[in-house]
Amino acid sequence: MLSLQIILAVAIYWIALGVAGLALRCTREAHARLFFSLGAAGSLVLAVAAFPALSDWPQTLVLPLGLPDLPFHLRLDPLSAFFLLLLGAASTGVSLHSAGYFQKGGGGDIRLVCLQYHVFLAAMVMVLLADDGYLFMVAWESMALASYFLVTTDHRHAEIRSAGLLYLVVAHIGAVAILLCFGVLQLGTWDYTFAAMRDNALSPGWAGVAFLLALFGFGAKAGFLPVHVWLPEAHPAAPSPVSALMSGVMLKTAIYGLLRVSFDLLHLQIWWWGVVALSVGLLTAFYGVAFAAVQTDMKRLLAWSSIENIGIVLAGIGLTLTFHAYDMSLLSAFALAATLYHCLNHALFKSLLFLATGSVMHATRQRSLGKLGGLIRRMPWVAAMALIGTLAIAGLPPLNGFASEWMLLQAFLLTPGLPNSYLNMFVPVATAAVALVVALAGYVMVKFYGVVFLGLPREESLAEAHDAGAFERLGLGWLALWCVVLGVTPVFVVAALDPIAQMLVGATLRNMLGQSSWIFLTAIQPEHASYGPMVFLLVIVGVMAATFLVVRRFYHGRMRRSAPWDCGFLGLNARMQDSAEGFGQPIKQIFEPFFRIERHHPSPFDRAPRYASKLEDNLWYWLYLPIVRLAERLAGLVAVLHHGRIALYLVYSFVTLLLLLVLMT
Amino acid sequence: MNWGYLASQLFQTALAIATAPLLLGWVSQCRAWLQNRSGPGVLQPYRVLFKLLQKDAVIAHNASWLFRLAPYVVFACMVLAVSIVPLVATDLPFALAADVIALVGLLALARVFMALAAMDVGTAFGSLGARREMLIACLAEPALLMVFFTPALISQSTELTVIVDQLAHRELRLYPSMAFAAVAFLMVLLAENARIPVDNPTTHLELTMVHEAMLLEYSARHLALMEWAHALKLMTYAAIGIALFAPWGIAAAGEWLMFPLAVGVLAAKLALGGAGLALLETVSAKMRIFRVPEFLGMAFMLAVLGMLTWILVQA
Repeated sequence: MLSLQIILAVAIYWIALGVAGLALRCTREAHARLFFSLGAAGSLVLAVAAFPALSDWPQTLVLPLGLPDLPFHLRLDPLSAFFLLLLGAASTGVSLHSAGYFQKGGGGDIRLVCLQYHVFLAAMVMVLLADDGYLFMVAWESMALASYFLVTTDHRHAEIRSAGLLYLVVAHIGAVAILLCFGVLQLGTWDYTFAAMRDNALSPGWAGVAFLLALFGFGAKAGFLPVHVWLPEAHPAAPSPVSALMSGVMLKTAIYGLLRVSFDLLHLQIWWWGVVALSVGLLTAFYGVAFAAVQTDMKRLLAWSSIENIGIVLAGIGLTLTFHAYDMSLLSAFALAATLYHCLNHALFKSLLFLATGSVMHATRQRSLGKLGGLIRRMPWVAAMALIGTLAIAGLPPLNGFASEWMLLQAFLLTPGLPNSYLNMFVPVATAAVALVVALAGYVMVKFYGVVFLGLPREESLAEAHDAGAFERLGLGWLALWCVVLGVTPVFVVAALDPIAQMLVGATLRNMLGQSSWIFLTAIQPEHASYGPMVFLLVIVGVMAATFLVVRRFYHGRMRRSAPWDCGFLGLNARMQDSAEGFGQPIKQIFEPFFRIERHHPSPFDRAPRYASKLEDNLWYWLYLPIVRLAERLAGLVAVLHHGRIALYLVYSFVTLLLLLVLMT
Repeated sequence: MNWGYLASQLFQTALAIATAPLLLGWVSQCRAWLQNRSGPGVLQPYRVLFKLLQKDAVIAHNASWLFRLAPYVVFACMVLAVSIVPLVATDLPFALAADVIALVGLLALARVFMALAAMDVGTAFGSLGARREMLIACLAEPALLMVFFTPALISQSTELTVIVDQLAHRELRLYPSMAFAAVAFLMVLLAENARIPVDNPTTHLELTMVHEAMLLEYSARHLALMEWAHALKLMTYAAIGIALFAPWGIAAAGEWLMFPLAVGVLAAKLALGGAGLALLETVSAKMRIFRVPEFLGMAFMLAVLGMLTWILVQA
């Protein structure tokens, strides 16, 4: 009953923690250990407090803060409780890891980082609790600013500053669109509380405008296709725990906003919204995974993979919207559950992988895939945890990534019942796109794990790499644990998501869950499909154990070590392994039209031959640079007026006044 | 759980594990006959497995725990995969645990472990094999999913047992959607099982290898498990093909009297299919690795076309 108060208290606690950290003077190690583990305790409390609210009635609260006559409205309903739970669960692991990560130097002042980090967390809580447009925008902007400062922690590097600037600009363009969206939603009543917006009956045209503004505005934060460009720049720039939070949690607040606007605040849904969301989502997913396959920087690779996953989530939202628009509420609830499940899963495994890259960077000081390798022997803990994350994100059973993708594919297979035959024809294409994206994600993750952790070390300095410390292991272990647990208990997850489906699309999955035991997750009906990851896990582990015992019992376990097979060449070395470029090369060749590739081939007569290949995003050239050029040209036109002579400016004022007088009278 | 069902499940799994190398031997034997050789006999894979199990394992100096774990994981995945597919009877208890999508995921899990193990030692050949295998897989996997989706739409279910039940008991005529799916499936089968024209299972030249390159570092019991898993994979694919495109003669679970007949029918179908595979391999040549995407892209398109055909004309 007191969930809302507890959650609010956690937010205040975080801000107090950040401020107290600013005041306290102690060594960097002690500071990081103390404050980030205290922060992790707050995250855990948040997760525990949010869980019962998932199936509770909405709770509201009005705080007499802010401007006069504009108090803050707070509301905790199942949808916000779910995203708060996600925030709590992921940030517990991230904060624990941070307690170890920020102990070491590099980057800015630890006290500032600690303040910004906790303000960032608190701002995300406020975004999820906000029940009026005003508080929402305040929290949204605080979140953007706090994360901007976190991204530019290491602000001495010029590229980090420019990455931060790009992020800030895109975030603000998005914020303007969200503001306009709220403007449309209030429908001339000038009442910006969400409660009032829910009561407004928008015409289909205006509702469409509001939806498109929300899609664009929240898309700029989430990384939907044309406005994804900041992600691959900002994630590598930020410290790893910050990338983990931004990718794992902050992107989900944008998904939350989109769901809030399109299902809760808007009272009608139109089928073409679903088609738009589905198309943009699939395009984003495919674009993301293709670029992830050719990256050579491990954090950039993960950033592109985030774009891919967000695309899958958006495709899920599109499917939910389509079903809902045609009053197929049961299917809509199923698609929504798949979407939310994938959000939760992505928060866990993407945070896990970003944290693992943080540990690797600390141990090796390398971020480029071309300079890593063989870390499974030097860092067995991190390697084992990262393996779980890799298998989960590659969508392999019985881990969590597969469970949500399974549900999503099932939702696609249920689609041909739609009453629109054109949409039905679109379905095979969309399903094929999802299948292709999922398979390519497997390719990307094998590349990531194989190049970083397997093989021979590509640099000599890697021999001194050491495994992560206790806090880092704890953080990684927490996230890896949930990747496994959520993977084998999909029925419980879907049952927990049911109240949200009831709230947003007005249908319950209880019948579907009631028909099956807790072991088997079914898709609407048991004869349609079922999936039992627990059986998977038990059979695989059982067969492995039995095989091992049989082989050992009837034969032997003798083993000796020798040099690997080198064809008699005797000169194999670490440089002959596949590099990141080499592993991505087939994808580069197959999907060449998607990339903008600049190659410099040496001629046969070059004395010092150099081969260089640069791969860029076409959208920069097709969309962003023209806009920049246009803006510059407009600025140039305006600059004609600037002469720097005071007399001229006085003339301008005089003419303006004259014009105004003429117009007013 | 009904003990009869469980018994039929265990019987089928044991049968598949025991006879998987035989299928591989039969295909090799047919190939030998077609090439006018006498061949080593259909029992050769068993002899190889027995020999490998006797030997001491030799592994590379820097092989990690992942390398030694992978054969067990791959073998276990294949055992589970072959247990899910209805070979002689439908209504398998394990089938509830996994539908066709989960089956594809399971095959992917085995493949990812194999590729990771190949990259573990850090030789040029290992990573070359892993990269090529993942390239082939990331194009074959969506094609396989799309192949499954056509019968899934027809029978309104992704459970293999339900699909087989439905397909076995419907009117016998030509369904264009299933014809598209069948051609696509055959192409995926060739690619995924390292057969000609995508890969050559008998090659001895490292640079042309895909599947073999990944196994270069394995020896003795690890190699035996990998080879056995490979045989099980072919068996799984053959069983899927039979279940989807020629399901007649399968027994319902618990009908013990039907079992000998079902086993006989299955053996006949497998023998025929194996001979067909050998013929296909004999008359075609291995293609360049960068022709493979076109080959699999065609499979993918055919499968999508099959699904579209079903949605448009319901046939």
